[in-house]
Amino acid sequence: MTWAIANIEQILALSLEHVRLSILPIVLGFVIAIPLGWVAHRFQLTRGLILTLVGLLYTIPSLALFVILPPLLGLPFLSEANVLIALTIYAVAIMARSTADALASVDRDIQQAATAMGYSSWRRFWAVDFPLAGPVLLAGLRVVAVSTVSLLTVGVVVGVDSLGYLFTNGSQRGIIESVLAGVVATVVIALLFDRILALIGAWLMPWTRVKGAS
Amino acid sequence: MFTARNKGRIAMTATVVGAALALAGCASGDPLEPGTDPDAGGSSETIVIGSQAYYSNEIIAEIYAQALEEAGFEVERNFNIGQRDAYIPAIEAGEVDLFPEYTGNLLQFYVPDTAATAEDEVYEELQGALPEGLQVLDQSSATDQDSYNVTAEFAEANGLESIADLAGVEGLILGGNPELAERPYGPAGLDEVYGVTVEFQATGETTVESLLEGVVNIANVYSADPRIGENDLVTLADPEGLFLASNVVPVASADLSQDAIDVINEVSAALTPEGLVGLNVQSTVDQLSAAEIAEGWLEENGFLG
Amino acid sequence: MNLFLEAIAWILEPANWQGQRSIPVRIGEHLFYTVLAVLAASIIAIPLGWLIGHTGKGREIAVGISGAARALPSFGLLFLFVMIAGVLLRGPSAVLVLVLLAIPPILAGAYAGLEVIDRRVIDAARAMGMTEWQILWRVEVPLGLPLLMGGLRSGTLQVVATAVLAAFVNLGGLGLPIVEGIALRDYDRMLGAAILIIALALLLDALFAVLERYAVPRGVRARRAPELRTTAPRRRAAAGTPATT
Repeated sequence: MTWAIANIEQILALSLEHVRLSILPIVLGFVIAIPLGWVAHRFQLTRGLILTLVGLLYTIPSLALFVILPPLLGLPFLSEANVLIALTIYAVAIMARSTADALASVDRDIQQAATAMGYSSWRRFWAVDFPLAGPVLLAGLRVVAVSTVSLLTVGVVVGVDSLGYLFTNGSQRGIIESVLAGVVATVVIALLFDRILALIGAWLMPWTRVKGAS
Repeated sequence: MFTARNKGRIAMTATVVGAALALAGCASGDPLEPGTDPDAGGSSETIVIGSQAYYSNEIIAEIYAQALEEAGFEVERNFNIGQRDAYIPAIEAGEVDLFPEYTGNLLQFYVPDTAATAEDEVYEELQGALPEGLQVLDQSSATDQDSYNVTAEFAEANGLESIADLAGVEGLILGGNPELAERPYGPAGLDEVYGVTVEFQATGETTVESLLEGVVNIANVYSADPRIGENDLVTLADPEGLFLASNVVPVASADLSQDAIDVINEVSAALTPEGLVGLNVQSTVDQLSAAEIAEGWLEENGFLG
Repeated sequence: MNLFLEAIAWILEPANWQGQRSIPVRIGEHLFYTVLAVLAASIIAIPLGWLIGHTGKGREIAVGISGAARALPSFGLLFLFVMIAGVLLRGPSAVLVLVLLAIPPILAGAYAGLEVIDRRVIDAARAMGMTEWQILWRVEVPLGLPLLMGGLRSGTLQVVATAVLAAFVNLGGLGLPIVEGIALRDYDRMLGAAILIIALALLLDALFAVLERYAVPRGVRARRAPELRTTAPRRRAAAGTPATT
């Protein structure tokens, strides 16, 4: 504990930086994945193709993606953009499948009722399908948030400061507490994101708060 | 089901998320990206100091930073920016003004097949090898270079003092960073220069532990690593000059002001080989932060007050 | 595109297919850690998941623990374990990191597979006089196989991508060319290794697709409408809609 207490300022600063860098990929991943997931869900033909491709994105090792992006996209090596883009790609990979699953979870009968009431498909999507898919979407988004926070630590290898700094620096200097502090802080931030998303979800979808229906 | 109240909530959430994004966007305006920072160019008042992702290098960078601050300069720290191929373009582009480097390793970056090995040869050739817009300031006597080390027992058992003594010893396994496998001073160089055949293991961050545990019996360790002394490792002499001398040297943009150069040259003059090991010990053994170590060193060497 | 061609050239370079540091050796190491980790994770997660799915108890705890495990940064955990256990135990340390990574999806697949089964099917089995053990083995496990396979599949893919970290602690694998490549500014090698990892993932994915066909009982396969992946047939069944449409 002594090391963590003596270096609390640094741990907090890195944690803040970690939170700041995590937000953009999570939000962007969500926004990009919705139309992708919708296309995958809507057309049987594209479902397999899109979901397999997107699933493959997730198997690109993060370390490789962080380093390959600059020459591939012509970005400066030290730019945070590399890590942000890479993490957005992973977020899309997880979220697109969740979106397709979420839309598939919407009861057909309700959709048909909405159509019968004269909803256009655009209006039906936003007023009926999207909110009803909400709980499954939220579950996917929570996985995205947690995995983004965890993956961001690898960014330190390409010079983007995050809690990962405590891993590499602590390992070089042989300070176990530094690595441990990094792991704990990462988990705490991930769970914090998870909690906040769950709360936002409960607030936006009050009907899910009624438990014990099943 | 989807009431007006809910629409309000969604709108509000969207606003909050939007605001958060805007914040994240502002803050992530990367100062290192060319063109985004009007001050980038090195001639501005703020001196941007970078460092490698290596704790010892970060301490030296912090010493530069505090020394310059003490002398009245505005300083921006941009530490831990990774590998040489990541930060050298940033220095060349003028996004970073000052960076602690090592003469031999830096020379090898620009001239991979250099023949220079001695301290002054390396420094001289380095000055000519640097691209336009970059300069090296005075080199320090402190060195932190690749070196081959064995345990005291292994040295005694095989009568080892220099790398040349390894010739003929059976079952040699060399440990080091993964890229050592292909460095000119790696296994191929050992064979060529000293006729020593070794097997290679990419021990990376665990190199010293691997040597102590017997996973490997020769380890490539930086010469200023305190663990050499702590574990009684024997650094093998290098009579044929397999390794390049690698002294600590500040790399700076060509338009760094003379006043700042003077401050840094004084720091380099005061930094000794033993002093550098001492700084590293404070980091690894006493577990002090770079800022504390730098402040202590500057005080000790009369830079403060 | 040029970068990709050069990476392919690196993969096809005959010199890279011979000797101690060749591509086949790296693939072998990579596969070894992957298989070991997925096996170990399965031994822990599958029985536990079945227990949770069968009894309906402990789900909240399992979800909580899985969530926390997902949050663990593998990168830091590997350094931490090797520092604590010592360099001689770096192999087990690395595998442990991968096991922790693989447990959440496999566990979720195991219990979700049992959860989505129509309650009426289980009630029918019980009414036929099956013991709890028989219900688990003859009804729930076979019916839960598709989702379990899905969990194994996603766990394996994550492990394949993350086994790259083994290179940081002298364990080789396809991560080693990536780490070497970063230090040597050799993009062909980095991208080449990344392509190999993706190919390996594709191959394992295809293998799971085949396994899924053979492992799933015929009766189940016949019922595998595309809607099977939905989350709440049980709830829907309660609402009076047939579980399979």
